[in-house]
Amino acid sequence: MNRLTPRISHNNIVILATLLLLIVLYGAGSVQYTGFFSLQVFLNLFIDNAYLIIVATGMAFVIISGGIDLSVASLVALVSMVSGDLFAHGANAGTVVAASLALGIAFGAGQGYLIYRFQLHPWIVTLAGMFLARGISFLISSESIVITNETYVKLSQHKIHVWGQNFVSVSVLIALAVVIAVLLVAKFTFFGRAVYAMGGNEKSAALMGLPIARTTVLVYTLSGFCSALGGIVFTLYTLSGYSLHLMGMEMEAIAACVIGGILLTGGFGYLIGPMLGVLCTGIIQTIIMFQGTLSSWWTKIAIGLLLFLFMALQRVIVMRKEKSRNPVSSMNSPNSENKIVNL
Amino acid sequence: METGYILKARGITKSFPGVKALADVDFSLRKGEIHALMGENGAGKSTLIKALTGVFPKDAGQIWLNGAEISPRTPLEAQQIGISTVYQEVNLCDNLTVAENIFSGRYPRKFGLIDWDKVYRRSEEMLAALELRIDVRQPLSHYSVAVQQMVAIARAVDISNGILILDEPTSSLDANEVKQLFNVMRKLKDKGMGIVFVTHFLDQVYEVTDRITVLRNGSLIGEYATKDLPKTELVSRMIGREWTESQESKTAADTVDDVFLQASGLGKKGSVERIDLTVNKGEVLGLAGLLGSGRTETAKLLFGIDKADSGVLTIGGEEFALMNPKKAITKGIGFTPEDRKVAGIVGELTIRENIALALQAQRGLFSFISVRKQKEIAQKYIEMLQIKTPGTEQKVENLSGGNQQKVILARWLATRPKLLILDEPTRGIDVGSKSEIRRLIRELAADGMSIVFISAELEEMVQCCDRIIVLRDRMKIGEVRGADMEENNIMRLIAEGANGYGESNGLGA
Repeated sequence: MNRLTPRISHNNIVILATLLLLIVLYGAGSVQYTGFFSLQVFLNLFIDNAYLIIVATGMAFVIISGGIDLSVASLVALVSMVSGDLFAHGANAGTVVAASLALGIAFGAGQGYLIYRFQLHPWIVTLAGMFLARGISFLISSESIVITNETYVKLSQHKIHVWGQNFVSVSVLIALAVVIAVLLVAKFTFFGRAVYAMGGNEKSAALMGLPIARTTVLVYTLSGFCSALGGIVFTLYTLSGYSLHLMGMEMEAIAACVIGGILLTGGFGYLIGPMLGVLCTGIIQTIIMFQGTLSSWWTKIAIGLLLFLFMALQRVIVMRKEKSRNPVSSMNSPNSENKIVNL
Repeated sequence: METGYILKARGITKSFPGVKALADVDFSLRKGEIHALMGENGAGKSTLIKALTGVFPKDAGQIWLNGAEISPRTPLEAQQIGISTVYQEVNLCDNLTVAENIFSGRYPRKFGLIDWDKVYRRSEEMLAALELRIDVRQPLSHYSVAVQQMVAIARAVDISNGILILDEPTSSLDANEVKQLFNVMRKLKDKGMGIVFVTHFLDQVYEVTDRITVLRNGSLIGEYATKDLPKTELVSRMIGREWTESQESKTAADTVDDVFLQASGLGKKGSVERIDLTVNKGEVLGLAGLLGSGRTETAKLLFGIDKADSGVLTIGGEEFALMNPKKAITKGIGFTPEDRKVAGIVGELTIRENIALALQAQRGLFSFISVRKQKEIAQKYIEMLQIKTPGTEQKVENLSGGNQQKVILARWLATRPKLLILDEPTRGIDVGSKSEIRRLIRELAADGMSIVFISAELEEMVQCCDRIIVLRDRMKIGEVRGADMEENNIMRLIAEGANGYGESNGLGA
């Protein structure tokens, strides 16, 4: 797996910082609270956040391409509503899954097409998408719909034992599969590399002959697909459809990306990062839960502070890169690697 | 169709709103030759290349590649049929690795996935063939512009179908790097590749090319064998008039030593070592040296973009330990950096707006300058600097490089600076504009403005300056003036350092 290790050093720094943070938080929790240091507590992080891992990973791809996708949370809610409604009308689980994924793909592709075709800013297009998806969910129903479909209920309660009594849910496997698949796509496919190239310099990418149009549409399609999959996983998790599900979750996804070392300006980032970011915020949540007396809003405060920290860290790295790149001052310094070797 | 031609273009025509950029131009490239495409800014060189490479469609004309008619509609299509271009600005993604930049979009695959081993191995081989041995797994941003350009060339050569277009590849390289590039070009030529070489450097044309095609005002002037076309002939064909170097001769050096700016021990760690210099009123002071010798760095210290960590600046009798651009501007100093695109030219804005920007900054954001007044000022400088444009409301991005440079100049002139620092104002612009800018510098100096002038071309520095400070390895190694101010002297200083040079430069290292 050596090939999967990133070579862009700044990725390493942020990923390492995130890992370190994870360990420190987990260690702190374990020392402070009895029962914290158990495998099941750790596995619960994945179980409770499987949907967010999937959505954030899709979001990361969009951010690396130089864009943003604000519609993800609304899309998850919409998928939960559509699922609830379809089940209420007697659809079977297979149909619902297919319909959910088709909805996500179509929604994402539509946004990508608009962004490319009319050269619109992704913020605007996906903001519109966010309102649209949320609005449609209300159109279906403003009440919450309980899902009683046998397959969904069974899937949602199914425990996959990992070690003794410890278990994960089906959703966790889906989330991990998504992360691995996306890692492979990023590293080993033309599409994956084109996304990085585009995020680095879109004009150059076009001149290098990369299919900008197709890549743009595909990257939003991928994000739409991830949102839909996240929607299915979330629906399994709550067994309900509700228009007000996950208000503002798109920002949590973006936060997870930032904490996971995805540079908001595009072109940089390692796709395991969003998962680590989600785990970080998950651990904070768990700690506050264990603490017992703090209100859950402290999670937000902690995440807010973390974000500042990570943004500052990224900025420092970028500034240092820019400094070291100044061609005139670096070209002739004796120990620079910049010289053409055999001059 | 004759054999031996790789590329043939006939009757290429292209109009833009209001301008005929190319009118019925023919061009042909033979196998195994380096073919210079020459012309002033706005002559149509870029347009021709863009038409050939599908950046925009041509209005009329035909192109054949290896005997087959082609008509690429996008750069991608052009690349797919084997025409690839290396532009002046490196058009690669510097967040990706060197190897990725070479193979982006056409990675070798194994089982449908990218075969990274092969990517790295092949990139190493390809760069080694260009005598470049670097770690291909490093991000491109890790390397200098020269290396990036080589990487771009490696990519282009690998894609190409016997033809390589180099659009001003040398403008940001130093002498050694240019030599290296020429070696590579000759090597490729020996392998039978046809190379189109666009440059503004006449010497380079005579050093490396076999044939020259000259364009002027969008029309073909002619195609010549390089050895049959003397330099003076080439210049006169490019600018369409007889070339007289004397038009920019200096007024006799009656330098009254009226000091405007004095720097003593000015330096910054890792940038420039303690430099002493004075700039007199109405004088053109040159900073000569190779790229990286500290000439740009010195200018940046004077203007306060870089913060000096030693030394004192005295301007008009007032001492400054630490300079910053805002202070410098209020003291009447202007600075145009070497890279136009970074220099704060706002391409989206019109000439008028660009010129007004600096005025506005000087007068304060809340003082109102009417559009009519702005137009008057812009018109004045368009005439004074002979900026080629339909009017004051032209967007700057639509102007040629030389004219953009003049707009930057105009912008500073509008603020009536006492000292203007010009870092490579003539880089990447054509011979005619170069000589105009030099003439202008002399005129400004004659009016009492002090000027610090930096150029990579010694010849033009000697023509233009009253006094030249020579830098080497980030140190001032000498100062020449009067009769000593001669190319050979300066080159010897740069080559040998102060020791090989004696009496007249009392200020040596």
